[in-house]
Amino acid sequence: MKKNLSNAKKRESRQFFIYTSPWILGFLIFTLYPVVYSVILVFTNADMTGSGSFIGFENIKMAFTQDPLFYKSMVNTLYFVAVSVPLSLLLSVFIAILLNKKNIKGMWIFRTAFYVPFITAGVAVTLLWGWIFNSHYGLINYALSFLGIDGINWLSDEKWAMPAIIIMMSWSIGNTIIITLAGLQDVPEQLYESAEMDGANSFVKFTRITIPMLTPTLFFNFVIGIINGFQIFTQPYVLTEGGPNHATYTIMMHIYNNAFKYGNMGYASTMAWILFTIIMILTLIINKTSKHWVYYDN
Amino acid sequence: MQKQLTHRTNKKIKSVNQIINYILLIILAFIFAFPFLWMIATALKVPSEVYTLPPKLIPSTITWDNFIQGWQYADFTRYTWNTVVVTTLAVIGTVFSASFVAYGFARFRSRFSGFLFAIVLGTMMLPNQVLLIPTYILFAKIGWLDTLAPLIVPSFFGGGAFNIFLLRQFFRTIPRELDQAAYIDGANSFQIFYKIMLPAVRPALITVGVLSVAFHWNDFLNPLIYLNSDQNFTLALGLQFFQNSYGSSQVQMLMAVSLITVIPLLVLFFIGQKYFVQGITMSGLKG
Repeated sequence: MKKNLSNAKKRESRQFFIYTSPWILGFLIFTLYPVVYSVILVFTNADMTGSGSFIGFENIKMAFTQDPLFYKSMVNTLYFVAVSVPLSLLLSVFIAILLNKKNIKGMWIFRTAFYVPFITAGVAVTLLWGWIFNSHYGLINYALSFLGIDGINWLSDEKWAMPAIIIMMSWSIGNTIIITLAGLQDVPEQLYESAEMDGANSFVKFTRITIPMLTPTLFFNFVIGIINGFQIFTQPYVLTEGGPNHATYTIMMHIYNNAFKYGNMGYASTMAWILFTIIMILTLIINKTSKHWVYYDN
Repeated sequence: MQKQLTHRTNKKIKSVNQIINYILLIILAFIFAFPFLWMIATALKVPSEVYTLPPKLIPSTITWDNFIQGWQYADFTRYTWNTVVVTTLAVIGTVFSASFVAYGFARFRSRFSGFLFAIVLGTMMLPNQVLLIPTYILFAKIGWLDTLAPLIVPSFFGGGAFNIFLLRQFFRTIPRELDQAAYIDGANSFQIFYKIMLPAVRPALITVGVLSVAFHWNDFLNPLIYLNSDQNFTLALGLQFFQNSYGSSQVQMLMAVSLITVIPLLVLFFIGQKYFVQGITMSGLKG
C-alpha cells in the first residue's frame, strides 16, 4: 500500500517535470545563463562577440564618475517616470470611474476608443504623434493657437520634447483603465448601501470607500507603471532619437547605444544592472510603504 | 411630503450626474480616438492639402495614391510577410507552451513544484534589459544574427512567466472532479489537458494570444537589435526606416503605410474584445 502510494507520487512528480520542462529549459537557457553571464560582463570590457578581459570595477567607476551621459539619461528617465506614471494613473482612475456605471450605453465604443491606443502602441502610432506634434502644421499647436499659445517646437525644443513624449504615453493607458475598472467593479455594493443609510454623501463614499478599496489595484498599476516606465525606449528613439541635445535620451537608449552601436557589452551590462537595482529599490520602498496605504481584505 | 420632495430632487441630481458622466466620457473618447481619425484623414489627402493652415480635418479630394506609393517606397510586402511569420510562430509558441507549463504547475505536485513556481514569479520581476545583452551574444555565437529565429524561438520555452502565472490561475478554477472523471474513463493527462482544460480556459487563452500578437507585431527593440538586412526587416523597422529616408517630407504616405500596419491589430481587437476584456480583468485582479 505504502509502496503504491510512493509510486503514484513518483508518477505525479514525473508528469510535473514533463509538463514544466519547456519552461525549465527556457529558464536555464534564456534566464539563468544570461543572468550569470551578465554579472560576469559587468567586470569585463567585452565587445559584441562577448570576448574581452577582466577589468575589475572600472565599468561601475566609469558610470558614476566619467560618463556625463549616464547621469543625463538617468535624470531624463527619472523625470519621465516621475511625471508620466502618476499622470497616467490619475487619468486611468478618472476614466475608469466614468466607465463604472451600471448599463452604460455604447460601452463597446468607449472600450474601443480607450483600448485601441494601447494595443496599437508601437512605431506606427509614434510616427502619428510626430505628425500631431509638428510645430507648423500639427494638430496640437493648432488647438493651442485658440488659447493664444503660439508655435511650441515640441520635438525640437529641449524644454518641450520630454513633455511631448509624456503626453503621447498618457494616451496609451487602455490596459491600466481596464484593470482599474475591474478593481472598481470589485467593490462590494453593500458597502455603498450601508454608507448611504448612514447618510454619507457621494464625496464621503468616494474618499472613504472607493479609494481605500481601490488601493490594491492602484498599487499594482503603480509598480507595473514604474517598471515599464524605466524601460522606455521605442518612443524617444523613433520620435526624437533622444534629442534635442539629449533632452529625451533615456537610460535604455544609452544602454542600447553602448551595447549595439559602440560594442561596449561590459559597460552596457553594468548600466543595465544599475538600472535594475534602482527599479528594485523603488519597488521595495513602495512595497514597504504599502502597509500604510494599501487596504487588504484579509 | 417632504420626503417625497427630497426623493424627487435626488432622482433629478442622479440623472443630471448621469448626463455629465456621459458628456465627459464622450469628450474623452473623442480625444482618444482623434489621433486615429487624423491619421486616416492625412492618409487620404492629396499632397497639396497636407501642409495647410488651418489643418483640414476632412480632405476635399480623397485619394488612395498614398497607400500605393508609400507601399512601394520600400519593400513593405516583404516586411509584412516577415512580421506575419514572426508574430504567428511566436504566438503559437507562447500560447501552447505557456498553457502546457501552466497545466503542469496547476495539476501536478512534486517536491520541487513550490520552489520552481517561486522562480516563475521571481523572473516576472527581472527586467528585460539585464538579459538583452547576454542573450544577444548567445544568439551571435550560434549564428542566428540577422535571422528571424531570435524573435521566435524563445517563445516556445514557456511563453513568459506572466502568461504561465495567468493560465495557472485559470486552470486552478476548474474543478478537479472533471479530470478525475476523465481519468476513470481511461483518458491520459495529455488528453485531459487538450480536451478538457484548454477549452475551459478559452477567454484566458484569447487574452494571452491577443496581447502576445500585439507585443510581437509592435516590437521594435528586438528586431532593431537582431535584424540588419533590409530583406529581414519587420514592419516596425521598415516604418522607422521609411520615416528616416522620406517621412518628414511625405507625411501623407507615412500615415497611409502606418495605417495599414495597425489595421490587423484593430481587426484582432474587434474579434477578440469580449473574451479578451474578461481575461485582462481577471489577470489584473490576480496580479
